[in-house]
Amino acid sequence: MLRLPAFRFLQPKTLGEAAAMLAGEPEARLVAGGTDLWPNLKRRHQKAQTVVSLMRLPELRGLHVNGGLRLGATALLADIETDTQVRARWPSLATAIASISSPPLRNMGTIGGNVCVDTRCTYYNQTEDWRRSIGYCLKAEGSTCWVATSSPTCLAHTASDSAPMLCALGAQARLVAPDGEREIPLEQLYQDDGIQYLAKRSDEILTDLLVPGEADAAHCRSAFWKLRRRGTIDFAVLSAAVALWTDPSGEVTRARIYLGAVGSQPVAATDAAQFLIGKPLTAETLAEAARLARKPAYPMDNTDFQAQWRGTMVVQYTEAALREAAGLPVERLAPRHLPVVAG
Amino acid sequence: MAEPIRKITPEEDPAPEREPRLIGKPFRRVDGRAKVTGATRFADDLSFPRMCWVRLVRSTVPHAVIRSIDLGEAEKVPGVLGFLTGKDFPIPFGILPVSQDEHALCPDKVRFVGDPVVAVAATTEDAAYEAAWKVKVDYEPLPTIGSVQEALDTPEPRIHDYGDEGNLHKVVSMTFGAVEEGFAAADEIFEDTIWYEGNTHLPMEQHSAVAVPEDDDRVTLWSSSQTPHYVHRALTKVLGLPASRIRVVACSNGGGFGGKSDPFNHEIVVAKMALKLGRPVKITLTREEVFLCHRGRHPVLMSVKTGIKRESDGRVSITAQRLQTALDGGAYGSYGVASTYYTGALQTVTYKMPAYEFQGVRAFTNKPPCGPKRGHGTPQPRFAFEVHLDKIAAKTGLNPADLRLGMLAEPDTVTANWLRVGTMGLGKCIEAVVAGSGFRERWGKLPPGRGLGLACGSYLCGAGLPIYWNHMPQSGVMIKLDRSGGVAVFCGQAEIGQGSDSVLAAIVAEILGVSLSDIRLCVADTDLTPVDLGSYSSRVTLMMGNAAVQAAERAREQIAQAVGQQLEIPSGRLVFADGRVFDATDPDTGLSFQDAVIATEARFGTLATTGSYIPPRSPGKYRGAGVGPSPAYSYSAAVIEVEVDPATGLWNPLHVWIAHDIGKSINPVLVMGQVEGGVYMGLGEVMMEESAFRRLPRHLSNALVHKFPSMLEYKSPSFADMPPVTTYLIEDPDPQGPFGAKEVGQGPLLPVMPAVANAIYDAVGVRIDQSPIHPHMVLKALQAKAKGDEARFGPKAFPEVDFGETLLVPTPAQGGDGKAINDFKDKLRSGMRSASGTMMSREEALRNKKVSVLTTELKGAR
Ligand SMILES: Cc1cc2nc3c(=O)[nH]c(=O)nc-3n(C[C@H](O)[C@H](O)[C@H](O)COP(=O)(O)OP(=O)(O)OC[C@H]3O[C@@H](n4cnc5c(N)ncnc54)[C@H](O)[C@@H]3O)c2cc1C
Ligand code: SF4
Repeated sequence: MLRLPAFRFLQPKTLGEAAAMLAGEPEARLVAGGTDLWPNLKRRHQKAQTVVSLMRLPELRGLHVNGGLRLGATALLADIETDTQVRARWPSLATAIASISSPPLRNMGTIGGNVCVDTRCTYYNQTEDWRRSIGYCLKAEGSTCWVATSSPTCLAHTASDSAPMLCALGAQARLVAPDGEREIPLEQLYQDDGIQYLAKRSDEILTDLLVPGEADAAHCRSAFWKLRRRGTIDFAVLSAAVALWTDPSGEVTRARIYLGAVGSQPVAATDAAQFLIGKPLTAETLAEAARLARKPAYPMDNTDFQAQWRGTMVVQYTEAALREAAGLPVERLAPRHLPVVAG
Repeated sequence: MAEPIRKITPEEDPAPEREPRLIGKPFRRVDGRAKVTGATRFADDLSFPRMCWVRLVRSTVPHAVIRSIDLGEAEKVPGVLGFLTGKDFPIPFGILPVSQDEHALCPDKVRFVGDPVVAVAATTEDAAYEAAWKVKVDYEPLPTIGSVQEALDTPEPRIHDYGDEGNLHKVVSMTFGAVEEGFAAADEIFEDTIWYEGNTHLPMEQHSAVAVPEDDDRVTLWSSSQTPHYVHRALTKVLGLPASRIRVVACSNGGGFGGKSDPFNHEIVVAKMALKLGRPVKITLTREEVFLCHRGRHPVLMSVKTGIKRESDGRVSITAQRLQTALDGGAYGSYGVASTYYTGALQTVTYKMPAYEFQGVRAFTNKPPCGPKRGHGTPQPRFAFEVHLDKIAAKTGLNPADLRLGMLAEPDTVTANWLRVGTMGLGKCIEAVVAGSGFRERWGKLPPGRGLGLACGSYLCGAGLPIYWNHMPQSGVMIKLDRSGGVAVFCGQAEIGQGSDSVLAAIVAEILGVSLSDIRLCVADTDLTPVDLGSYSSRVTLMMGNAAVQAAERAREQIAQAVGQQLEIPSGRLVFADGRVFDATDPDTGLSFQDAVIATEARFGTLATTGSYIPPRSPGKYRGAGVGPSPAYSYSAAVIEVEVDPATGLWNPLHVWIAHDIGKSINPVLVMGQVEGGVYMGLGEVMMEESAFRRLPRHLSNALVHKFPSMLEYKSPSFADMPPVTTYLIEDPDPQGPFGAKEVGQGPLLPVMPAVANAIYDAVGVRIDQSPIHPHMVLKALQAKAKGDEARFGPKAFPEVDFGETLLVPTPAQGGDGKAINDFKDKLRSGMRSASGTMMSREEALRNKKVSVLTTELKGAR
């Protein structure tokens, strides 16, 4: 079996205590469910003398619904996905979360861990032995990006399924550091760099995610489509998360479209979203918007499926998500890619 | 020499014909409860006092000379106990006598990323890992070979200093009958070039082995192995100890599929380390290492050419076929010589083929070695053949089922390449799946995006020849009985999940009339059990089963004699059933089985019987005739329905109808389990599985690595991807099998991949001439079709290979005698072309070789 390296494991009981521990040890790493961190440590992607667990912090627990939805960072994916209110009011979020990995991992994995999950690349998500045999790569210990050898930056792709959907729904993230806290739109938590993919300091703890009430099913049409090889377990090789707001006449007043796994951060398909403003949700406008979503997406040869084909699929999947959100029939073949959120 | 299996004639039948009580009924597998409760002890579950751990340091470069090894830093890790390097293993090994090309640790050169170089032992697994990481190996890189084409283009430097030529491990060419005449006589010729990507077994259990030293230089190895007997032989050779001092026990395997049928480096290393350190030593491979051990499906590029004739009754018949295969073998021989022959051998047993030519080449490449995976060498050409036939059906306007039904090979015949076909249930299999799926009504008529495909297959019920030439039984069973009434059954077979333990117990229980719980099994232990060659080539039910029948019948005879005498009734009237031995005409007169054994033990003394099995001789006598013969062949047919999205190329299997000619089910539930497992594995191969490799840009790096040696990224279907399967078992008992049973472990996989390709054609009208079928291929072919180009995705051409002079073998219909007519060593291409051609040792083959006379008749035919 691959072995975990030795490290000091700390389990603070309050947020303050946790913040203090991080302040004292800048190299320490946070862990929540550990479904991303432990495998990464086993493969020596990340090195840590100290690991601080967030699972005992009462402040980070649970999910709370009133006007909007407040998700504590350590809320379990399984709990969110099966919550009746989440399913009723933010069904596309439930779908996105239900598409994450497999039941055992959703029982362990947290929403905070999911939005902070490491970027992925098939040159990188390998054992240290394997990486040694390619001379490593830019993301860790090497100097070349093998995906694009002339690239000065790492092009590993964002892997979170909840992130594009939460961004589309306009979620806010609250971050707490030893020296204070801030609340930012979730998309601002990310930056376009496969290594430093999070625009936050390492001593900042993500405590909550806030999904606005105006993004619920009563006000907003949303949908999540995920392309992957198998009906379970697999990370997205492309996902399309859309949220549409219309006025009483059926014209689009606001649109947010985010794509997963085709960039180092959730990619905003701004042109596509902008195009829809002021238009009715017809098959033609949606098809045109989907076409516009192709441009900002950069599928690379660093995950499953042929990269070029994934590019074509950006249009197909965005269109499918838009049609589903608009209530139009979806002809695209989907069964293996979209989990059914059991009633 | 063992007695042949005794055929019981009615006169000497000890009891009147009775319905079997157990055989053919669904009974719970004998190891089922232990497996689901976790009581089964797999190799990794074993632990011994003072046990330590070994970790292998594997090559990080694909092809290089080892300059030096520096253990300095590694030695300093606390807990380290010792090291082994290539110097400790001067003697090579390998599964086939003709390919003794592996060393437990590489002595001078590494041939792929993953080749083991150093072994580190330490008191804990952590320490072994840490020390292994600190071992420094200095390599001098050599040019690498990543494909058959590169091997053809790069004869030097050689990956191995043996083989037929340059980096070609094996080159074969054989012509059976008048092939060119067949083509000349054909109404139409069809040609296809087809590619089948390699893939791996992916057993749930990673390989694990524990070695325990004993006094007097003895050692016991527990291992997850399908072939403890062959591991025993390899250990004997490499350790240089008498075989009697080495004991190999195969633990229950958590899946094998062919991936645990070679002797492996790690097994030899722990045995040696245990002897060196004088304490138990264990190794459990990581998942990545399992991918590196590999021995999986060879990637094969194929070219198939068939001549057909339209008969006056509307049927189509084959006049001749030429099949060429190019196998990417990876870095070592493994079973590769056999695999090469297998890509050609079984093309003839499904449909009538009066003339056949097979040419195969296997190349060495700097990748993990390929070997046998479920279907060993036959799924690739079967895929090619069945897709090819679908095209012939489309062109000739015949329904694919009728095309096949009109050209079926006949039972009790000998094929052009001298394989003896016995019972042959393919016709019934086709009828079953055609009826079940509504193929005749629905094929070609489903709405766009929906399609049905049909394909067939056949497989061996055990290879006719053992891996090393010998005259001994291929399976032995021993039964010990005593006054307890319990029945202990000993056999060298290895339970790998396929249910062989249950088959063994059921056969003995049936014949002795006892219940399964009265049977105690002792299996797969080279010290305690009679030799069985192992769980490969679908041989166990037939071979072990026949040996078990013989041993049990001998026991039954002895008991009947003693009981008959005690009860004063003719022993021929005694019935063994329900735990009793009683008079058929007066069931109340009898003894309990225990009392019956007591009577027998009193009469004859300590009781034990044995049974042996040797397959019948094959009529083929030409060089290479050793691969393909089997006591019987199983047949399967499948219809698969798919849906295809023309906008994305994504496709899904919706339903599988599969029929399998099993001869007779020993246990239908186990048979169905194997059928469904085969379908699942076959779907995995055609949907997604591939052993893909990455080569980094050559001006920057020499790397050549497995693309994703992990269970997450090597895609294999999950529950969520598995469609419903309807299984039909076709029962037509085969006289060669125990109770008429044939194999099921491998055959049902074969029709799955081509049935899918054919279904995709029915759905959207494009041909995907390769497997797996990725959505981008379907989309590309659809785009080509829309543009009016060839509606196909697949390889363009077969490489230029010099196959040399072909071996000319007259067919039975030509009056041949099973031998080649031009088997002159000097006339065949290179001196390196190994004389054996099969798996027997070179010396043996040479001794057997007879020079035949070149007849003018066949020479003219060429
Ligand atoms: C086989 C497999 C399949 C998977 N499939 C999917 C998939 O389909 N989709 C998907 O999205 N993910 C997938 N994952 C990844 C992972 O399981 C999920 O993303 C999960 O939600 C991670 O949550 P966690 O709590 O386990 O994270 P952890 O492993 O505990 O943490 C992940 C990262 O986030 C950081 N972190 C965690 N919590 C916080 C916080 N509150 N503040 C700041 N930083 C924090 C950690 O330091 C760490 O770097 C898969 C993982 C595996 C092993
Ligand atoms: S994208 Fe490039 S740098 Fe980033 S992980 Fe992959 S190979 Fe490494």
